[in-house]
Amino acid sequence: MTPVPYRVRSRRPDRADTVTLALEPVTGPCPRFLPGQFTMIYARGVGEIPISISGRGRTGTLLHTIRAVGAVSRALCLARPGDVVGVRGPYGTAFDVAGAAGLDVVVAAGGLGLAPLRTVVRRLIAHRSRYRRISVIVGTRTPMTLMYPRELARWRAAYDLDVQVTVDHPDHAWPGPVGLVTKLIDRIVFEPRRTAAFVCGPEVMMRAAADDLVARGVPARRVALSLERTMKCGVGRCGHCQLGPLLLCLDGPVVDYERAGGLLAVKEL
Amino acid sequence: MDIVVIGSLEPLVVALQTAGYTVVGPTVKDVAVRMAEISSAADLPADVGDTQRPGNYRLTERGDGMVFGFAASPDSAKRFTQPPRQTLARMRGRTFEEPREEAPRVALLGLRACDLAAIAVQDRVFLGRHPDPAYRRRREALFLIAVNCAVPGGTCFCVSMGTGPKATTGFDLALTELAAPHRFTVEIGSDRGAQIAAAIPHRPATPDDLAAAEEVSRVAATRMGRRVDTEDIQRWLPAAHDSPRWADVASRCLSCTNCTMVCPTCFCSTVEDGTGLTGDVAERTERWDSCFSLAFTELSGQPPVRSSALARYRQWLTHKFATWYDQFGTSGCVGCGRCITWCPTGIDVTEELAALRGGTEGTSCIR
Repeated sequence: MTPVPYRVRSRRPDRADTVTLALEPVTGPCPRFLPGQFTMIYARGVGEIPISISGRGRTGTLLHTIRAVGAVSRALCLARPGDVVGVRGPYGTAFDVAGAAGLDVVVAAGGLGLAPLRTVVRRLIAHRSRYRRISVIVGTRTPMTLMYPRELARWRAAYDLDVQVTVDHPDHAWPGPVGLVTKLIDRIVFEPRRTAAFVCGPEVMMRAAADDLVARGVPARRVALSLERTMKCGVGRCGHCQLGPLLLCLDGPVVDYERAGGLLAVKEL
Repeated sequence: MDIVVIGSLEPLVVALQTAGYTVVGPTVKDVAVRMAEISSAADLPADVGDTQRPGNYRLTERGDGMVFGFAASPDSAKRFTQPPRQTLARMRGRTFEEPREEAPRVALLGLRACDLAAIAVQDRVFLGRHPDPAYRRRREALFLIAVNCAVPGGTCFCVSMGTGPKATTGFDLALTELAAPHRFTVEIGSDRGAQIAAAIPHRPATPDDLAAAEEVSRVAATRMGRRVDTEDIQRWLPAAHDSPRWADVASRCLSCTNCTMVCPTCFCSTVEDGTGLTGDVAERTERWDSCFSLAFTELSGQPPVRSSALARYRQWLTHKFATWYDQFGTSGCVGCGRCITWCPTGIDVTEELAALRGGTEGTSCIR
């Protein structure tokens, strides 16, 4: 439960309230991680929160994309290069990217949910030939809140990925679709029974997307969601992140829809 | 020498102190039996009994001089295995240190079979997939002396949970208090238990002593105030999530967290952060938390997941009796009845479970 000191190597603002921190241990190498895993990040004297790993930086750092919504995330978003924060982990289950070999792949992100899914897409394109069609569908509030726009453009251009974005509230310049991310499922091509889906975003968005995919014939066990609950420890001892039988820090955050669907359908579980 | 007989507890207390243990046992404090440090056996509550009912706890005078003539007190071993507050980490400048305070050597005298079962449950929580070294240190520094229950309380149901009333495992020593003449059988459960037993005056147990001790546990088992039908509970209880009974019990629940505080297995915690006035040192402190508190499921910028009392009660009861199995391979309930006794509105988990089960099986009865 003692955090390991990490140095902020770099800080890049993504959006008005969102930054990506590149973190590396003050001493020793960066740990390995799997797509979808998270760490507990501690802001000195303020507190500790779970943050999904959003990628590996160029010098091997751990990237974390953080939105300022509470006291700890605000403090972390204000961290400067050279500052020291605490890190524990990586913890939790991962997206089974390798298990999608030979299948069509649908990556569905809502808002900041694109952060952990970026590690999935990066693994997919690292071994592009192992997978069949790859579609990345992204829903975001406004064009201004879209995460990683340049990387999305790169994926679209260079790796034979079908990348589509929809917004809730368009501005005058927005040329694309408007509405929920589920609308984009109509616009992508995949063979449902030979498809694996990776989904992350607000819970209502994930349920809508997963229900839609399953209704089209994607097996629920191949629809993976990244679930979020309050966490204080990350190691199964604080009790906060329970979802029915699951301790989401150990049994999650990545849970397949066969397991999660019934649990998420119970109000206030 | 597996079972011996001693006539007085004083040599046992002295032997434990000599071995370097702080001896903690039942004492009468305010109007309840509480676990506190004792300096001699004379501090133990001779002649004290209790009556326990939903929302009701009263000490009584027994009139027979028995030392352990009461049932589960509000204290379990939890305060000693999982302190209500503990420092997790301390940061000075850029160094993060885990306080490696030596765990106090404490002998807990007078634990009941349910308390031992609760420690075994906590072991699974804290020594499971991510073992906690601080818990392990505390746990290994504890010397556990059980007392087999003679008079279960009105809210006890350990027999139906399979955890008592006789302590069968997990102790260093286990006592059974016998009358006429007043004496104790001492069952040895570990090597260090044997060392302590060897250090105090004792005689071998006679067949009469053993029969008398067996009789105490046999009679106690017939005097359970309550019972829970645990058959298949892991399946049917989570499935009963939309039972109307939840709204009924929620209308009586104050979300006061008493049940979770007295529960010997409830382990939920939260962390508080702070810095000194100068800002040089920052500290992380873990303290007991409760799934009944509204903030328990709060994410920044979002309403709590379990914002209704219904959802919070349902979470607690379902976790305790059913989903605990999924997470830790055991029931979270040991049948001590504390949550019933100490509920200010007298909510009785055994009654709620019976009503919930009745609700789910109502149709099959008609068929």
